[in-house]
Amino acid sequence: MLDNLSINQRAAILSLVMLVVGLLIWEAAIPAQKAAEDLTEYERLMGLGQERAGVPPPSDVLVKAWEQLSDPFYDAGPNDKGIGIQIGYSIYRVLSGYLMAALVAIPLGFLIGMSRVAYKAFNPFIQVLRPISPLAWMPLALFIIQDSEASAIFVIFICSIWPMLINTAFGVAGVRQDWVNVARTHELGSLKTAFTVILPAAAPTIITGMRISIGIAWLVIVAAEMLVGGTGIGYYVWNEWNNLDLTSVIFSILMIGVVGMLLDSAFAVLQRAVAYAE
Amino acid sequence: MSKPFLSIERLTQRFPDGQGGTLTVFENASFGIEKGEFVCILGHSGCGKSTIMNILAGLAEPTSGVVKMDGLEVAGPSLDRGVVFQNYSLLPWLSTLKNVIFGVKARYPDWPRDKVEAHARDYLAKVGLEGDVVHRKPSQLSGGMRQRVSIARAFANHPKLLLLDEPFGALDALTRGTIQDELLKIWGGTEQTVFMITHDIDEAILLADRILLMTNGPYARVAESVEISIPRPRNRTEIVEHPNYYTIRNHLVQFLGQRSKEMAGERIEGEDLRPETVRIDQAAAPATEDNPDKPPLRAVNE
Ligand SMILES: Nc1ncnc2c1ncn2[C@@H]1O[C@H](COP(=O)(O)OP(=O)(O)O)[C@@H](O)[C@H]1O
Ligand SMILES: [Mg+2]
Repeated sequence: MLDNLSINQRAAILSLVMLVVGLLIWEAAIPAQKAAEDLTEYERLMGLGQERAGVPPPSDVLVKAWEQLSDPFYDAGPNDKGIGIQIGYSIYRVLSGYLMAALVAIPLGFLIGMSRVAYKAFNPFIQVLRPISPLAWMPLALFIIQDSEASAIFVIFICSIWPMLINTAFGVAGVRQDWVNVARTHELGSLKTAFTVILPAAAPTIITGMRISIGIAWLVIVAAEMLVGGTGIGYYVWNEWNNLDLTSVIFSILMIGVVGMLLDSAFAVLQRAVAYAE
Repeated sequence: MSKPFLSIERLTQRFPDGQGGTLTVFENASFGIEKGEFVCILGHSGCGKSTIMNILAGLAEPTSGVVKMDGLEVAGPSLDRGVVFQNYSLLPWLSTLKNVIFGVKARYPDWPRDKVEAHARDYLAKVGLEGDVVHRKPSQLSGGMRQRVSIARAFANHPKLLLLDEPFGALDALTRGTIQDELLKIWGGTEQTVFMITHDIDEAILLADRILLMTNGPYARVAESVEISIPRPRNRTEIVEHPNYYTIRNHLVQFLGQRSKEMAGERIEGEDLRPETVRIDQAAAPATEDNPDKPPLRAVNE
């Protein structure tokens, strides 16, 4: 029977089986909490009878998810906002930092890719700045910018700039001389050549850089928001951990994954749109 | 002697040879091409044909010497000189039609969209590309079709001079044949001046009015200019019947097989090294009795 299915269908079935088995094992592995009267003297003395935070079973997480997702945008004060609002804040920060980075990285990458002198001049800075963990900038950003919101955005900016910059420079430098010659023999000006020949030729490499950047930005925003607090999915995770609400923690971890996947697949679509075969 | 349409004057090209010295590819090379002429240049790989063509196109600068077209010095690339490269000259992210439109738009920026498109389609049809094929990307076309698109793009721009660098070098013999026919057909209706590099002797005889023969480098020379005294329209099956065909062919084979090597590396002092004009015409002067197998060669020095 399985032989008649396509590879995709078979893979989908297998994924589903793994999911169900995984959840069942998880569910079964959580021991039911003992009722207080069943405790031994020793256990009572050790304080083991108290209500304690345990890892919740998946069924609890599902209930939580249902609860949260059915009203994602409620706002009941600074420490109690719907998951939709929190994710919205995070996406807003990621996108603002990311867009600013793109505005700097892509033109600069073009310049570096087109000119060997510019490449050599910028290279030492890039080599030193790139390996710095984006969070290491946080204290400096907080001190200089004096605003936690803007500092978080700055951290996103600084972490997403490098892959875009390097890939743009690499893509532009690697454009076939033959294509540039086509532009030259057609007397295209430098701006026209940049937009009609070099940009489309380098686009797949540039989009790959942008895709790597958005992935990193989404990784970093969670950590940044844990540091600066206030709003956002990173803050939410940390806040729920302080409340010892592990169900919410697990639920928000899942949401971080889902949003990350969606961002990535948007770039996958873009990547397919600009891809070409030689 | 009036100046030809295209005149190459004392062109010299030297490159660093990678060991601290210099490599002189050619020195003081001079020749001319008349308007409407189809000229092929034949020579072994590495003798400097592409280097000459890139200079004519304005894509490269010679070490010294000038190229003049219509009396004006060539400085940088221009729409007046169309180029068809051996490979990769199509933009792979554009469809076939858009590749041709790309050229037409550059040449005629004032034309409305539909006129540009109609013109592009017209020229694609001239090389046998019609219907859905024009919406395919170059990667979805065979090598022969791709070269047709390049040719259509070049002709659609009506350049004063068309430069072709081994345009059929990567194609199989059968495809080569059909595209040569198509090139002849599309060229036949125009006054287009063509300069084409090839290393295929039969291709050169079929297409050219005149074949320039180049010796091997370094210090390569455009040694001879062989006139192809076979009337047009030509056709690959009939051309071999012509009395001049084999004499010309033998002359070329002999040059490429032997003399191009003998003359290699010999540096000739001279201000202005022009090719010797060779006219081979069996019909006009049949082989004499005392000299039966030697083609009557006449070197004409203007
Ligand atoms: N940019 C360059 N730098 C150094 N040497 C070059 C360069 N371009 C061509 N040459 C050399 O010049 C010679 C002629 O090359 P080319 O014109 O490509 O030959 P052909 O097209 O006749 O095969 C070759 O020996 C080649 O190695
Ligand atoms: Mg070549």
